[in-house]
Parts: sequence; C-alpha cells; structure tokens
Amino acid sequence: MLNIVVCVKAVPDPKEACNIKIDPDTKTLLRCDVPLVLNALDKNAMEAALQLKTQFEAHISVLSMGPPEAGNIVKECLALGADQGFLLSDPAFGGADAFATAFTLAKGIEKIGSFDVVFCGMASSDGSTEWVGPEIATFLDLPVVTLVKEIVDCDGATWKVKASVENGYRLMQVELPAVFTVTREVNTPRTLSFSGIIKARKKEIEQWGINELGVTRETVGLKGSPTIVSELNAQEENKRQAEMISGTRDEKADVLVQKLVDAGVL
Amino acid sequence: MGTDHSAVWVIAEQIDCHIQSVSLQLIGQARKLADQLQTSVEVILLGDNIEQQARQLIAAGADRIYLGNAPELEVYQPELYTEIVVKLAAEHQPEIILIGSTDMGRELAPLVAARLKTGLTAHCIDFVLDKELILEQRIPAYGGMLSIVCPEKRPQMATAAKGVFPTPEPDDSRTGETMMIDIPAHLPGRIKTLEIIREEPQGVPLETAATIVAGGAGAGDNDGWNDISELAETLNAALGSTRPAVDEGWAELETMIGQSGKMVSPEVYIGVGLSGEQQHMVGIVGARVMIAVNNDAKSPIFEQVDYGVVDDCREFIPELIKKIKAYQEKQLTC
Ligand SMILES: Cc1cc2nc3c(=O)[nH]c(=O)nc-3n(C[C@H](O)[C@H](O)[C@H](O)COP(=O)(O)OP(=O)(O)OC[C@H]3O[C@@H](n4cnc5c(N)ncnc54)[C@H](O)[C@@H]3O)c2cc1C
Ligand SMILES: Nc1ncnc2c1ncn2[C@@H]1O[C@H](COP(=O)(O)O)[C@@H](O)[C@H]1O
Repeated sequence: MLNIVVCVKAVPDPKEACNIKIDPDTKTLLRCDVPLVLNALDKNAMEAALQLKTQFEAHISVLSMGPPEAGNIVKECLALGADQGFLLSDPAFGGADAFATAFTLAKGIEKIGSFDVVFCGMASSDGSTEWVGPEIATFLDLPVVTLVKEIVDCDGATWKVKASVENGYRLMQVELPAVFTVTREVNTPRTLSFSGIIKARKKEIEQWGINELGVTRETVGLKGSPTIVSELNAQEENKRQAEMISGTRDEKADVLVQKLVDAGVL
Repeated sequence: MGTDHSAVWVIAEQIDCHIQSVSLQLIGQARKLADQLQTSVEVILLGDNIEQQARQLIAAGADRIYLGNAPELEVYQPELYTEIVVKLAAEHQPEIILIGSTDMGRELAPLVAARLKTGLTAHCIDFVLDKELILEQRIPAYGGMLSIVCPEKRPQMATAAKGVFPTPEPDDSRTGETMMIDIPAHLPGRIKTLEIIREEPQGVPLETAATIVAGGAGAGDNDGWNDISELAETLNAALGSTRPAVDEGWAELETMIGQSGKMVSPEVYIGVGLSGEQQHMVGIVGARVMIAVNNDAKSPIFEQVDYGVVDDCREFIPELIKKIKAYQEKQLTC
C-alpha cells in the first residue's frame, strides 16, 4: 500500500487577488472578501497522486492549513478522489511564514502517521515562496525533489524523477519516503466529476488545532515565524507619460510600425 | 577586515565550471552590506576543477572563499551541498546568507534555512540595512513594496534573481584567501543527481534581448497567444509572459518576466494584453522605449509606457504583423 499525502493550499482567487490589502496593525494580509480557491499547482499535485492510485494500491490523504473556509478545497480534493481530508485550522496558525507553515504541516503529516510520498505544488499563487515543500522535508528529515516535471519510474521504493533546471532537466534518484514538489508540466489535472462530488459527501474532514497537533503557540503562526513584514511602502512607480496612438486599426498599426522604426527595432 | 563572526555570505553557483552571473551580482550586494556592517564577504563555491574560479569571486568583492573541490561536487547534490553549507554556517555564524534564485538556489536555500531554523525571503529586489543594522529584504507586493525582516534568528537569508543587481566590475588588484573545505563522508545517500541534461535555448534569450514582446492574460486563448508569439518572431524579439499566460499553459515558465520570474533589460519592451501589475513590471529594468497594447483605455499599463494602443490584441496584432512584414519586404527590395 502506497500512502500519499498531498498538501493543498487555499489561495485568494487569482482573478480577484488585486483586492487584497495589508492590515497595517498585524502586517498580515487581509483577504476577507476575496474567495478562496484551490491553488492551481496543487491540482497537479493532486493529479500526480490520483495517477499513482490507478497504478498501485494507494491511499491519498489531503492536508491543508488555513482558515475554516479552506475546508472547501479539502472537500474539492475528496471529490477529485482523495480518501481522507485533514484541515489544520486554529487561530494560532494565522500569520505563518513559510517556515511556520512547513513546521505545522510537518506536524500534521506526522499525526496522519503513515506516508511514503508527500506531494506539494511548486509554488502557491499568493505566498509563492516555493519554500514550503523543501522545509516540510527538512522537518520530517526526508529527501525532497523540487520542480518535478516527470515521474519517470515509480516502481518500488526507489523512484526516478525528472526535475526542471535552466534549459533542461536533472534526473534524480530518490528513496521513499520522500517529498516532491511538482510543476505544471507533470500532468494535466482532471476536472471534478458529478459522481466524485456525490462520493465525497460521505467522506469526513478531520480538523486539528494546536492541541491535537501537540504544539505550543510559540512554534506556530506569526509567533513561530522567523520572518515578519516590517513595513509596507507605497510604490514609487515607474510612471511614464504615454502618447496614445489613435485612429482606425489600420492607422494605429501604421503609426506603431513607424514608432518601431524610430526605436530601432525595424 | 572582519572576523569569522557576522560575515555576509553568498552561496555561489557554477555550471560546467562557469560562475553564474547572479552569484557575482550578489557578491556585489554582499560587499555593499559588509562595508556598512564593517565585516567581510565570504563565498561558498562547490564544484570540481574550480580552483581557478576563486579569483573571479575575489575580484568581484569576496574576502574569503570556502572552496569545495571534488568530483562528487561537480553537479548539485542536494544532501551533500546542504550538509556542507549547514556545517560551515553553524561553525562560522554568518550574519547574512544570499543565494541566487536559480533552480538550484530555490531548492538549496530552504533546505539550508530550515536546518538552521531561520527565516528566508524569496525573490528580493533590494537589500537595505535599517537603523539597528537588520537586513530589510524588499519585495514588491499588493500595490507597494514589502520589507521583510528576520529580527531574531540568524543568519538572515534571502534569494534574488539574476539581473536584479548589477554585475560588479572585476577588480583584479583585490586580495582574499581561499580555504579548502572537507567533504562530509557519511551521508544518508537517499537522493542522487544522476545526470543533468541541458539543451541549447531556442529563440532569442530573454535576458540579453534588445527587444521583448511580452504577452498576458488578454491573449485569451492559444490562437491569441500564437499571434503574440509570431509578433516576437517577426521582430526578432524575445518572447516574454506574465504569470496568467504561464498558468493557462500558453507560455513556458522560463518566459515569465517579473518578481518570481526573469529580470530583463531590453531597449524596447512591447506588452500585449497585460495589465502592468507590479510583480510583472519590476522585472523590466531600464527599457528605453515601452509600448503597450490593451483593450482597456483605463488599464494601469498605460501609465507605465511611452506609447499606447487601445485595441483588441486578437484583432490588432495580426494586422500589425502584416504591416511589419510589408515594411520588412519593402526594405529588402530597395
Ligand atoms: C508573490 C507573487 C509573485 C508574482 N510574480 C509574478 C511574476 O514574476 N510575473 C508576473 O507576470 N506575475 C507575477 N505575479 C502575478 C501578478 O500579480 C499579476 O497577477 C500578473 O502579472 C497579471 O498578469 P496579466 O497582466 O497578464 O493579467 P491581468 O492582470 O488579468 O491583465 C490582463 C489585461 O489584458 C487586457 N485584455 C483583456 N482582453 C484583451 C484583449 N482582447 N486585447 C487586449 N487586451 C486585453 C485587460 O484589459 C487587462 O489589462 C505574482 C503574484 C504574486 C502574488
Ligand atoms: N497552508 C498550506 N496548506 C497546505 N499546503 C501548503 C500551504 N502552504 C503551502 N503549501 C504547499 O506548499 C506548496 C508551495 O507553497 P509556497 O511555498 O507558499 O510557494 C503549495 O503548492 C502547497 O502544496
């Protein structure tokens, strides 16, 4: 039995993310009126797990740390085919940087207990540090491969994967248990099916806070974060005075060609 | 020159024995910070047959090189590289460690930071020391500039992309010392880099391109994107993208410009169907001429360019390509 944990993050819908503001007091993000959705790359992480399940006997646990509303994206993953859902939610977890996030998720994975493979997305659309996967691996003392774009060989306890490097790839050999962060190239995520949604209704989501995880307040959330936002400054923007090119489409194209000639492009 | 304690470190990177430009650029930043902190710049370089390269790092501003030179270090090996850096850092207690946001650096940095139980800030575009000499790590976000600090834990760690900072002029009169480091013998051996395959990049490379055509979400679909791509080809320009274009699967991740992508400095930048969000715009440094095509006259992109065209790019770009081709043919015939 292959035990897989997929870490998924609820992120503000990227289409509305421009409405997010900074709370001047706590210096964390106020994301109240922007709906939370499943982070795009975590769909690839989910899909990687689901594809393994078609090949092997496997059990998929989805794990997310976030506010209670993040339960919706865990539900979504259950509907996609995950077997069990876990939500780490506690006011004390708020304001976590990548270090505290990875620490908390690692505690969650330990509590889930058995795992051979942990999948994360390469990056989240809001935090976008790419640190959470490798830091989870460090806390669990596991090997990690980031930027995985192809799982070449997953037969047995030693895997081979291709991971992205500048202008090419690196072929990595890894012993399980291990953590992998995946890129968009690794697969094409499936979409929700009606039967999946029906089946997911019966699946429970376990919710854990600091007591269940057995961690102290000092080690999680804002308090457990080595880094803090110290300041937010209004941007001195690169303002330029634009000359708007007007006229019919034909005229605009003519003028623009001339501008390109003047600029030395043509 | 400073003592072991509280130095500013850079983890340098070599590919086929070539020092990566981002490593030199970070040494330039480290020099600036170390001078203010009255300490030294120390650089870790790991590889095989790289003794000669230490000179280049010293000329860029380093005072001391920790050199790991062994066949097993030829390419990045996660366990070995992490172990070496963690051990050296635990021993010498640097104040700051800077790492390039390369594919290696983005994996190695969090592995080291988590082992050292310290903070790490991604994709910085500026480093400033505050009044207490704490490192303010600046990143653009949410319509402004965030300063991130790591007030208590040490070292303070950060990554920055290639091209954010200038490459220092080499000063061959500078002197520095090179210390050979021991290679740890007993490692778990759970992970191994078997091989690294690199291909010649296709098309015009973004980082050195004189002209860049960048496309965004406004492309709408694959066809719209192909037009933008064709415009780049017609102009012999490099093709760049915004994050939504990558997320949609139209553009390769390598083409993304901005805070978490590439930093570019073309002569001429043409942005098509993109809104001029800061996280993209900070990636464009010092362009002489900026042009935008967007169907929304109120788009913020028009406040950041020299010439603007309000039009549907899916209609306008094919028209523009036709005109450019006609111009190019005319030039050939006369
Ligand atoms: C931590 C973090 C890091 C990030 N890093 C990066 C980064 O490195 N690079 C990056 O690019 N982004 C990055 N982003 C995302 C960034 O914030 C923006 O979401 C992104 O740059 C917007 O891309 P866009 O302009 O293509 O899309 P949008 O903002 O959606 O703009 C699309 C534009 O196209 C126009 N348009 C629509 N249809 C048409 C049409 N038919 N013809 C012409 N115009 C049309 C619209 O008017 C609009 O202005 C990051 C975000 C975060 C949170
Ligand atoms: N709060 C979270 N809950 C679950 N997984 C997370 C969380 N934050 C980050 N991750 C995982 O870590 C990956 C990288 O995130 P980041 O380091 O924020 O770029 C994501 O794609 C997720 O798989």
